[in-house]
Amino acid sequence: MSGAENGLELRQAALTLHGRPLIGTLDLAVRAGRVVTLMGPSGCGKSSLLAFVCGTLTPAFAARGQVLLGGRDITALPLERRRVGILFQDDLLFPHLSVADNLAFGLPRAVRDRAERRRRVHAALAEADLDDFADRDPATLSGGQRARVALLRTLLAEPLALLLDEPFSKLDAGLRDRFRGFVFEHARRNALPTLLVTHDPADAAAASGPTFEIGTEGLAPCTPPRRLDKPGTAA
Amino acid sequence: MAETVQQLRPAPRPAAPAGAASGGILRHVPALTLGLFLAPIAAGIVGTWLPAFGYLPALGGETLGLAPWRALMAHPSVPGAVRLTLASGILATVLSFALAIGCVAACHGTRALTRIQRMLAPMLAMPHAAAAIGLAFLIAPSGWFARMVSPWATGWTTPPDVALINDPYGLSLTLALVVKETPYLLLMILAALGQSRANERMAVARSLGYGPVVGWLKTVLPAIYPQIRLPVYAVLAFSLSVVDMALVLAPSTPPPLAVLVYRWFNNPDLALRFPAAAGAGLQLLLVAGAIAAWRGGEALAARLGRAWIAGGARGGSGQRARAAASAAMMALYAMTGLTLAALAIWSVAGRWRYPDAMPGAWTLDNWARHMDGIVWAGGTTLSVAVAASAAALVLVLGCLENEQRQGLRTLTRALWLLYTPLLVPQVAFLFGAQTLAVRLGLDGTWVGLVWSHLLFVLPYVFLTLADPFRSLDERYVRTARCLGAGPARVFWRVKLPMLIRPVLFAAAVGFAVSVAQYLPTQFVGGGRFATLTTEAVTLSAGADRRVIGVFAFLQAVLPLAAFAVALAVPARARRARRSPEPTP
Repeated sequence: MSGAENGLELRQAALTLHGRPLIGTLDLAVRAGRVVTLMGPSGCGKSSLLAFVCGTLTPAFAARGQVLLGGRDITALPLERRRVGILFQDDLLFPHLSVADNLAFGLPRAVRDRAERRRRVHAALAEADLDDFADRDPATLSGGQRARVALLRTLLAEPLALLLDEPFSKLDAGLRDRFRGFVFEHARRNALPTLLVTHDPADAAAASGPTFEIGTEGLAPCTPPRRLDKPGTAA
Repeated sequence: MAETVQQLRPAPRPAAPAGAASGGILRHVPALTLGLFLAPIAAGIVGTWLPAFGYLPALGGETLGLAPWRALMAHPSVPGAVRLTLASGILATVLSFALAIGCVAACHGTRALTRIQRMLAPMLAMPHAAAAIGLAFLIAPSGWFARMVSPWATGWTTPPDVALINDPYGLSLTLALVVKETPYLLLMILAALGQSRANERMAVARSLGYGPVVGWLKTVLPAIYPQIRLPVYAVLAFSLSVVDMALVLAPSTPPPLAVLVYRWFNNPDLALRFPAAAGAGLQLLLVAGAIAAWRGGEALAARLGRAWIAGGARGGSGQRARAAASAAMMALYAMTGLTLAALAIWSVAGRWRYPDAMPGAWTLDNWARHMDGIVWAGGTTLSVAVAASAAALVLVLGCLENEQRQGLRTLTRALWLLYTPLLVPQVAFLFGAQTLAVRLGLDGTWVGLVWSHLLFVLPYVFLTLADPFRSLDERYVRTARCLGAGPARVFWRVKLPMLIRPVLFAAAVGFAVSVAQYLPTQFVGGGRFATLTTEAVTLSAGADRRVIGVFAFLQAVLPLAAFAVALAVPARARRARRSPEPTP
């Protein structure tokens, strides 16, 4: 199992779309607290690979292989039990809930005590510099504020891995740098194995982790090759 | 490589139901729904066709034969009734269709269309019976219009003896149908526009030098017609078989076929049930024939249209067409507004001499004197409408949620099933459905009444809710699931609150449809239930206008109130959240 006890691992994973090969067989291990970047042109199936990991693949796709999280096979679990957090291009804050209620939605139900729930939500708000925004409608927040709330909502659900589906691409340049730092900082602090999908080399550079090109041939290390969590180490 | 990938097994279903119990029930909702509304119609048609050929053991009809049809054909009223039915029904459909199409073609992309669209809901909310009664109040020789121009313009000091309503050609009925059906077709056209990239088509057509109206007819209409085909057929079927409006506005010697058949079904002479059943069968054939003929017309229009399009005529600026279409729509809207006003004023009128334009005295006596009837009929109307629309909402949401969880695709054929209750004339199956209700012990019960309304409420609720439900951004659902929420929690906490506007709107549509029902109440209610609709229609046969005004006004106002609530509640909740009040 090498270093993957707390990590995210893909074994012999492959995707087809309407029967045509999309992503060739690949093995990949992401250790806790590390960010692995997957790059490729749009339409190459990198987002679909994330959908396979978190269990939201639509029926048009067929997938093979296993997803292991902390050494446990989660491939057959319904998505709400996988404990895989994901951020998309859009923040997808629920428009019918206030900022605080959005955060509380992420909090596991196992946290029953109401005061404790409120405490955690407010801690998250403070984390995002949004202490005074608890009862606000998400629509009244700025883009950067919404992005931060979306990340903290994901983290409140206590995920064991984090998937990033181009979450920086819709933010403008200055904001993008800051939010990128915010996300990677939290991922590291929570020791989350993180899988980032992007077509922006700047994202990959900022992630300062191994970067791969994906396609029908599986994984190919990106230049300049960095220190790798070598694919297949766990196999 | 390719071979290995070919052998991939499908990914495990991510949407596997977490709560097995709820998933289990949910799975059966579509079948239950179809059964609930197709079974009575199928049983109803069979139960009507059997007596049409003489088989109705309860009344001594033991052998099959053509006697009922012979009796029907020999009846002196039938040829006239068929002529009247076809003339008024087809004319009303053609006019409504032309008006609705003309209006959208002439006003596409203009503010006028936005205005028309915004005022659509109150137009749709008006029940047929109230619209017919109100129209009679307006255009009758003793009606409001005559009073407004008398005696100074007409010289009339007593109502003139001309048949402005119940006219032998059914023109007043046709007019009332046009007032009611045009807004419905408009709504359907506008909904279809949203899915056909109409703006881009128009931009292309205009840049090629086509005028706005001709451009719309040549590039947008062919694209949207397949989507409005079923609604058009529903309008055709309804116009050919309407009973409540015809009781108010159509001539009585002979009446339209549906009314004639309905009278025979209600006749104390039980022997008339047989020709009545044959008449109901004829009604079904008339509607089927008219739809087939319309379909043929479509093919012809398509052939001529293709030649017209290929001819390349560009058309003019469309200014005049726009003015005419706006004026026609405004006239329809004004008519509906005046209808409501006329009902309201008559309901509180005291002394009102002809030809005064306004009552000489106002009073609430009309209301006070009929308070018992109002409470009873109003209570039945309300309870049945609430129950039927709530049941429809539960079934429709169950079907849609099941469809999403199972990842099912929607079929066009399923849409035809949904339209069945709107295409089959009510009078053609309600007698048989009543027989079924008797078998089940539901005849004349409140539950049976709710069920009978559900048949017509359900399709409208489904048609209203399906698009918004299916087009909800499913990434919200995925996000919620990735945050650890199971399918049930996602449904209650994410989907339902996000869809609260369309859900309440669909409930209001269902409510309005139930309030407007006349024939199902009469047949399945077994005469034991009076609603505002049945009271208003019954009274319109000769009671005092003040009393009719009370019941018809209430009937018209109930659906309006439902729409107002459906629009106001989400707007209020939204405002409450939008007000920026940073918590201390």
